[in-house]
Amino acid sequence: MRLNINGKAHEVAVEAGVDLLSVLRDYLDLTGSKYGCGEGSCGACTVHIDGKPVRSCVIPAASVTRKSITTIEGLEVNGSLHTVQQAFLKADPFQCSYCASGMIMSAAALLKTNPSPSEEEIITAMNGNICRCGTYPNIIKAIQLASANK
Amino acid sequence: MEPLEEKQEPNLLIDRRKFFKLLGGGLAVAFVLEDIFALAGESVTPTSALPANQVGAWIHISEDGTISVFTGKVEVGQNIRTSLSQLVAEELHVPLDSIKMIMGDTDLVPYDAGTFGSRSTPQMGTQLRKAAATARQALLDMAAKNWKTDSKTLKTEAGFISDSNGKKISFGQLTQGQQIILPIADQVSLSSSKDWKIAGKTIPKVNGRSFITGSHKYVSDMKLPEMLHGKILRAPSYEAKLVDVDLAAAKAMAGVIVVQEGDFVGVAASTVHLAEKALQSIKAKWEESEQPSRSEIFDYLVKNARNGKKEANADIVQSMASAELKHSAKYNIDYIAHVPLEPRAGLAQWTDGKLTVWTGTQRPFGVKQDLVNALNLPPDKVRVIMPDTGSGYGGKHSAEAALEAARLAKAAKKPVKVVWTRKEEFTWAYFRPAGVIEVNAGFKKDGSINAWKFDNYNSGNAGINTQYRIANQQNSYIPSKTPLKQGSYRGLASTANVFARESHIADMARMVDIDQLEFRLKNTDNDRLKAVLTAAAKSFNWSSKPPAGRGYGIACGFEKGGYVATCAEVEVLANKSVKIIRLTEAFECGAIVNPHHLENQILGGIVQGLGGALFEAIDFEKGKILNPSLSAYRVPRFKDMPKIEMVMLNRTDLPSAGAGEAPIVGVAPAIRNAILDATGTGLTVLPLLPTGKLA
Repeated sequence: MRLNINGKAHEVAVEAGVDLLSVLRDYLDLTGSKYGCGEGSCGACTVHIDGKPVRSCVIPAASVTRKSITTIEGLEVNGSLHTVQQAFLKADPFQCSYCASGMIMSAAALLKTNPSPSEEEIITAMNGNICRCGTYPNIIKAIQLASANK
Repeated sequence: MEPLEEKQEPNLLIDRRKFFKLLGGGLAVAFVLEDIFALAGESVTPTSALPANQVGAWIHISEDGTISVFTGKVEVGQNIRTSLSQLVAEELHVPLDSIKMIMGDTDLVPYDAGTFGSRSTPQMGTQLRKAAATARQALLDMAAKNWKTDSKTLKTEAGFISDSNGKKISFGQLTQGQQIILPIADQVSLSSSKDWKIAGKTIPKVNGRSFITGSHKYVSDMKLPEMLHGKILRAPSYEAKLVDVDLAAAKAMAGVIVVQEGDFVGVAASTVHLAEKALQSIKAKWEESEQPSRSEIFDYLVKNARNGKKEANADIVQSMASAELKHSAKYNIDYIAHVPLEPRAGLAQWTDGKLTVWTGTQRPFGVKQDLVNALNLPPDKVRVIMPDTGSGYGGKHSAEAALEAARLAKAAKKPVKVVWTRKEEFTWAYFRPAGVIEVNAGFKKDGSINAWKFDNYNSGNAGINTQYRIANQQNSYIPSKTPLKQGSYRGLASTANVFARESHIADMARMVDIDQLEFRLKNTDNDRLKAVLTAAAKSFNWSSKPPAGRGYGIACGFEKGGYVATCAEVEVLANKSVKIIRLTEAFECGAIVNPHHLENQILGGIVQGLGGALFEAIDFEKGKILNPSLSAYRVPRFKDMPKIEMVMLNRTDLPSAGAGEAPIVGVAPAIRNAILDATGTGLTVLPLLPTGKLA
């Protein structure tokens, strides 16, 4: 199948039914998106499909062949970090950072549709992303920093 | 099960030739017994084991000025890669970015028991500071010799040595052509934390960029040429025995490797998908055995106690009999799971009979030993490497995934990676122990405590000793038989013990109508504890009256050199649902090394504590876990966050201690005591509010 990822077409031979996250990680070595639960409950695998945040672990790769897929690796353009990445680098919110890609992808999607979200709106939009290290208040601050940057 | 037994690595070799071959020339400072390097031999073995509790580390200054720091400690998010770099940079007088940390690689770093028990900062931090200070003094002496002057006239700054006339030489230039190994001078004088310029400051994660770009390779992300993916056949319930297995269909599948060694059955294939298909084709017959369920667990733990409960001694009996007031209660604590967001992963490669395993573990040398034992290999044929890993919280001490990958890779003659699914992580890792705690106290109307008997079934010893002045006390841990695999957890058993003690204390304060804070201050002589209690209460505005329908609670404790007090405000709604409004926590662990990262550790403890306090519990029936997924086992999310305030007390006059454990212990009892304040009901079961409502 043919997948359009981070602005590039990839031809991959994949068995039917394989989820997008596995294709990204195991076939294309785009390992920035993480496995955390396999059921769309933790958000570690969040990617953008046509600009919208989607849990790639529960989406069959075959269902998104005609879509535009962006992963954490595609946020950086010509070596310069996305505004949200810059804010997260500065705010340094994380501990183990395994949730980082998913958090950043969810936050970037939120700020695209709502450039200045209230704290309430951030919490609602981000609630599907788990940080087991418990850095949620720091992540909110990082998103607020990114939103102020705009 | 805790504390986990640590075996001393018997074979600590320091090979001088290999050392410099690896690193190039330069100056190295290592913790070793004084006489080791006095021997002229190329390879030496310490004649006696390293002193107990002593940690090994070394620092190497290369000819290009790179400072390499070798430590067996590992990074699981607590940010010691950054804080230990800060401490070395501070003592050595070099820029932070000249430091390269080599962590948790058993072929490169000296033996270390593991990263747990909040030991990295007090022990490894101190060791590295001494090594750095020794190196700095040696460099000064070298420069003084070259320049034929007294080293006291020279100064060090940003990786250079200079004299009063402005003559300068870099550390790297000084070490050129040298191959010197120095032992760490135990008596070397260290900088005063009051004068710190690099340590003591907020510095972002040194490798932060690799995480926010997704480029960091966790073990589960790693890939080697020709690597296969492994899957393991799991039993349907605990203690089930494999009676019969039909592997024919799996073996017939092209490109699939099948391994059976006793009850271990695993497959490896070029894709996870194919490995899963092969696994599904295996027909296995298991003999299951009778296993207890959660509904009976607390009775079970008491009934199956080893050795039985210790009877009260004569002093306790007497002081209890004469007490003006008595309070007895039983507290039940459920099993909970660590749920590291990165599940266990192991990647194994065999090259010429030597096994290398990359795995996320808090005990690289422990895992190495487990591999040596299980595979019957000489120690020098096993190397364990631990890249920065997706958290542990005390839950990644064991070697399961590493061993599974090693077995499969041996048979496949190719590298094999095993990454556990969330269900496997929930089922086949280990849990924070469940426990039953019986507390009996005798006290006076003025609030002084005469007698205290505290019996903990199964959860463990940590935090069992009280911080209170009690004339007669007896605290016992009574091991029991556990139906679920249990082990270390953040703060070990202190999450359970502090919950029971601080709940009991709040009840007693209420019985004599003394304020919860005042009761605690009155009964302790510990100034550090009093300081955090007072600081938390002040910031929380404890003396204010809670609004209608709300209550305040407080709890305190100490663990691993850290002192903590937590205040909670809760609101109980008409439908009996409980909302946590805010938490204020004061914490003190000596001199602060990195304020922002310390705050992150405290925050992490609070939020993880919130899950265990309110709703986390492992549900199980007849040897099966009933909620082995993140949709069924609830962990704290954004919406669960109350307002959290942290107060950090910086005691620059005290040595720095760790912060990974103590901050978790006050959360559950503070919330429980706030509910008591609001409703008069003293809950006795953890988690407190599995349904979100009071019964």
